Amino acid sequence: MDRQTKAGSWDTVIRPRTGWFDLDLKDLLRYRDLILLMVKRNFTVLYKQTVLGPAWVVIQPLLTTLVFTVIFGSVAGLPTDGVPKFVFYMGGNVCWSYFANCLQNTSSTFVKNSDLFGKVYFPRLCVPIATILTELINFLVQFVLFLIMVAYCLLQRSGPAVTPNWRLIALTPLLLLQLGVLGLGFGIIVSALTTKYRDLAMLVSFGVHLWMYATPVTYSTSMIAEKFPQMMGLYMLNPITPIIELFRAAYLGTDVYSYGYNLQSVIVTVVVFTVGVILFSRIEKTFMDTV
Amino acid sequence: MSERLLEVDRVSKQYRLGMIGGRTLNAELASWLARVRGREDPNSKIGMEHREPNEKFWALEDVSFSVDRGDAVAITGRNGAGKSTILKLISRITAPTRGEIRIRGRVASLLEIGTGFHRELSGRDNIYLNGAILGMNRAETTSKIRDIIEFSEIGPFIDTPVKRYSSGMYVKLAFAVAAHLDPDVMICDEVLAVGDLTFQQKCLQKMSEIAREGRAVLYVSHNMRTVSQLCNRGLYLEQGRLRYDGTVEHAIELYGGSGERSLRQDLDSIPHPRGRGDTMRMLEIEFLNTPSLEYTMDGAMEFRLKCVSHLPDPRLRIRLIIKNSVTAPIAMTQTEPFEVAAEEVFERRIRLSLDSLAPGEYIMKLSLVSGTPRGTTTYYDTLEDVSRFIITDDPARNAGFIWSERLWGHYRLKPLEFVD
Repeated sequence: MDRQTKAGSWDTVIRPRTGWFDLDLKDLLRYRDLILLMVKRNFTVLYKQTVLGPAWVVIQPLLTTLVFTVIFGSVAGLPTDGVPKFVFYMGGNVCWSYFANCLQNTSSTFVKNSDLFGKVYFPRLCVPIATILTELINFLVQFVLFLIMVAYCLLQRSGPAVTPNWRLIALTPLLLLQLGVLGLGFGIIVSALTTKYRDLAMLVSFGVHLWMYATPVTYSTSMIAEKFPQMMGLYMLNPITPIIELFRAAYLGTDVYSYGYNLQSVIVTVVVFTVGVILFSRIEKTFMDTV
Repeated sequence: MSERLLEVDRVSKQYRLGMIGGRTLNAELASWLARVRGREDPNSKIGMEHREPNEKFWALEDVSFSVDRGDAVAITGRNGAGKSTILKLISRITAPTRGEIRIRGRVASLLEIGTGFHRELSGRDNIYLNGAILGMNRAETTSKIRDIIEFSEIGPFIDTPVKRYSSGMYVKLAFAVAAHLDPDVMICDEVLAVGDLTFQQKCLQKMSEIAREGRAVLYVSHNMRTVSQLCNRGLYLEQGRLRYDGTVEHAIELYGGSGERSLRQDLDSIPHPRGRGDTMRMLEIEFLNTPSLEYTMDGAMEFRLKCVSHLPDPRLRIRLIIKNSVTAPIAMTQTEPFEVAAEEVFERRIRLSLDSLAPGEYIMKLSLVSGTPRGTTTYYDTLEDVSRFIITDDPARNAGFIWSERLWGHYRLKPLEFVD
């Protein structure tokens, strides 16, 4: 009876691993300074002792986009929905690499930080969240580059080559949130499972690579819709596809296949994220016993 | 009544024995398939007839205790008794299987020295990052950073990446952060702590400071002298169970009396190394002039050793090797040779003067050897860890100095003399 009042006066109560959804948001919030400092560390460390430093954030997408433009645009001659090739590929690429980096960098959370986790407690979720925020900043830099390209297309003397849809552009923050949450969700699922099965680490590095080709980064969804209309339901299960579609529709004015798929993608995101947090919070309390 | 800072309430921790983690998905699937089909698990150890699904091991069982403000609690017990597991649970590195731990205030551990330090970051950035990892927010660190920098004695190098620091500077900085955490409960596991001598001494200093300031300290160590200096309460663990909670003196006694420190010991039944103990075997040892295997600095040890020989030997010796508490050999002595006949059970009473050994904890290794000074030596029997004994410190016998074995070693030589 007085147990409840007694429990209230303690600052920390450590209990066995119980329940399915064991996410202590208040604890996480208390450690927000740690998250910010980790973001700062990730940045400082990433470009230390590199010649070009942070310029790499810009060089990487530019070169990748250039390669896509030459290989898929010019050599293979894939159509780009009537949008200039370079800006079409760039749009897909910045979104995809944001997601892929989130996924890849959070997937090694436990294994990479086992030294740290083995010595001191803090909410383990701080680490993947800091990773996502780091990637978000990288994305924003690339995004500015993308906006410059869009502006360039708009100001062409022969008339605008792209037609931004301002109403959809207002959705950008939501799209970014969804991409980040999706990357985090998949990433922490993998990170939780790699504590037991190291194979998954191998799978991730080339799995992400293959996944890109199942996503309209180097081609347009309209091509799939044209050639394999019966496969569209399956194709659109990939939660990234509707996001990239919507992103291109907003900034470049391509057609949106169907908004229904965006809803479906949001549902998938919520499910993946929930599963991720459940697995993560189950693993985080005892993973030191298994690593 | 003083304020309660920590309550450990009927806590148990279970580990799975055998292969833990690190398995591939493939192996797991193969094991599962074999189980489903009722065949032998391809991943089980050879010779294991059937898989033991419940091969579990309780590292802690039903342990309860509480810590109040001002307590300095020593946790004693032999290796594997669960000391470190308790500390891991309290510092939330892993979760208990059953039970509950309640904490008031902040727990910090001196194990965490420099955790999360990044080589590429400057000293200042590392102070913030390390502070945040240990649970301080930015404002708190900012309010302490001048003290921390001053304490670390690093001053002008604070904005240099720590990879350029000497290891001494690195430890100083790391310690400075930990020392300014102001925890309510401080945890220190000396067994696991790494670092140089001065660093370990600084840790001890800081801990006694914290205890004096009316906070609480939990200390795990095999060094009973620091334990008795630092702590005012002792817990004694045996095989995951709490056997005693009370005075530090009695906890140390229990620790001393456990396992190999019983006065009469059956040596026949403990495993002997391969190829030893076949033709001659030590059967039993009994310590005679001591109640607890604790000796004063100028004392002497007496024991009776019972052996059996299946061969005659004209020049048999009993050899004693003394090892320190981390099993490094530090001294050897042996008896005069004596003759034994075949199939003879013989007993020898032996006296060892301890006046040249420094205070501390020691391990006895005993051998039955035979050999002439120039010939080969035959080892009939050897036991590495026959017994442990303690030589208690008595500063009065050392001009008032407390013996520091880390600085001064294990030998106490005769005083230096002036020669005119």
